[in-house]
Amino acid sequence: MLHVEAVVKSFDDFLAVNEATLSVQKGEIVAVIGPNGAGKTTLFNLITGHLRRDRGRILFRGEDISGLPPHEICRRGMGRSFQIVNVFHRLTVFENVQVAVLSHQRQSNTLLRPASSIAVVETRSILESVGLADKRNLIVGSLSHGDQKILEIAIALGNEPELLILDEPTAGMSPEETFATIELITQLARTRGLTLLFCEHDMDIVFSISQSIMVMHQGRTLIQGKPEEVRRNPEVQSAYLGGE
Amino acid sequence: MFRNLFASKWIGFILVLFLVLLFLPSFVPRFFVYVMGLVFVTSLLAMSLNLLVGHGGLFQFHHAVFYGVGAYTVALILTKTTWPTWVGFVAAPVVATLIGLVIGWFCVRLTQLYFGMLQISLGSLIWAIVYRWYKFTGGDDGIHGVPMPKFLSSLNQSYYFILIVLALALILLYLILRSPFGSTLQAIRDNPQRCEAVGINVRRHQLRAIGVGTFFAGIAGVLFVVLERSVFPDLLFWVLSLEIFIMCLLGGWFTFAGPIVGAAITVSLRTFVGKYTEYWTLILGVLLILLIFFLPEGVMGYFEKIFKPKGKEAGERRNP
Repeated sequence: MLHVEAVVKSFDDFLAVNEATLSVQKGEIVAVIGPNGAGKTTLFNLITGHLRRDRGRILFRGEDISGLPPHEICRRGMGRSFQIVNVFHRLTVFENVQVAVLSHQRQSNTLLRPASSIAVVETRSILESVGLADKRNLIVGSLSHGDQKILEIAIALGNEPELLILDEPTAGMSPEETFATIELITQLARTRGLTLLFCEHDMDIVFSISQSIMVMHQGRTLIQGKPEEVRRNPEVQSAYLGGE
Repeated sequence: MFRNLFASKWIGFILVLFLVLLFLPSFVPRFFVYVMGLVFVTSLLAMSLNLLVGHGGLFQFHHAVFYGVGAYTVALILTKTTWPTWVGFVAAPVVATLIGLVIGWFCVRLTQLYFGMLQISLGSLIWAIVYRWYKFTGGDDGIHGVPMPKFLSSLNQSYYFILIVLALALILLYLILRSPFGSTLQAIRDNPQRCEAVGINVRRHQLRAIGVGTFFAGIAGVLFVVLERSVFPDLLFWVLSLEIFIMCLLGGWFTFAGPIVGAAITVSLRTFVGKYTEYWTLILGVLLILLIFFLPEGVMGYFEKIFKPKGKEAGERRNP
């Protein structure tokens, strides 16, 4: 479904992503791991079009999407959440998700019809599926950090993506919140038939839910394979897992 | 379509206000009717700016240009052609929108302050053309004695025309703000990057908003000519742009009706304090300082907070 082929991105002289490759099959849960500064977030930003690659190709559903702006890539069926909470602070929880649903239904330019009568059912069902329905009237700025991270995912679901990219979905969460969030994500992937690409620091989570793991180190791809292969790989062990 | 509008808790207050304004010319002296007309015109101008600044987060620094373009368009058509009046009235907002879209097309490529700087430059260019092109625009003399049709021959008739157009424009603006277009615009204000990530073409949406905002500024320009029967280059000068920017700030730019309050305060100050001293802006300045310290959300923002129904948490808003 997604193929990243030898993508390169540098900031001035710093090679943030250096010939990274990644492949995601339909229906898979794929994790990208690597130490801080390995280039995971940069790689995600390249895939979703928030950054432009210097070299390499990114294929999504057989189509070269490298160089397209983010909104075009989103419309081809790719949704994402951000590592640092990135929501609409002055709007309510409901409105946050509704913006995405309206965009997905091509209603963003509708004038003169009240937004409160459009895309209501869809927005509600998303809020119910992530457990934010009873908080839908709150201004997002007043939510807890954990709820804002969940809202991140809910907004991404508004576009009914086929591929959902989650950049550290549990960053800054307590262990209980992390556990509940991972439960939620895997359940969403199952019920909605999503393909998931995510990065995460907690190795227990990564190895328990992913079918394929890609390891990044200093912008390069060390290996991509099944969890057991990755765990056994000596290069990975020295670079990252600390000789586990 | 209007259900939401009339379910608003303000509706009683709005109806009473409208009735008072409707009968006002029978009670007060002519001069006061004229000042009210000016408040209406300026309110619409400030509302059109606030759509972009307050709800769209765009640094529309030189918005008066489109007001001036609207006013000049109608004045030129009514003085230099034999076309019927309505052609001028319709052409003005259309021309204002076209110029708005041309300038906006360049500006939306930039963000924030750079957007604002380019806007000031391109807007000032139009001001300079109007100011210098004596043969066409009358230069710094402007155009005076714009002929008006019979139904607008007296001050009271102009007052009613302006009031009705203002009311219709406000209803439209309200609907636009509550529409998907409006909520998407507010989402872009809060977070353009996230909007891109949910498939919104941010630049194009901002450009559409500029089209809507400059359209209403053009209407305000028409109303100004209806009231004053003359136009002059000051209508497109950056000082006026700054003034309407302050009106939005003063009234509260995250509220719907804030700019009207801001316009009323500014126009009254200029009229009544300006009679005694040319330094009336001094008082405006002091007001602004007080505002920033005590009412950072503006006058309307403050009142909305006070009148929030009890039992509702801060930051709660009703949704379907």
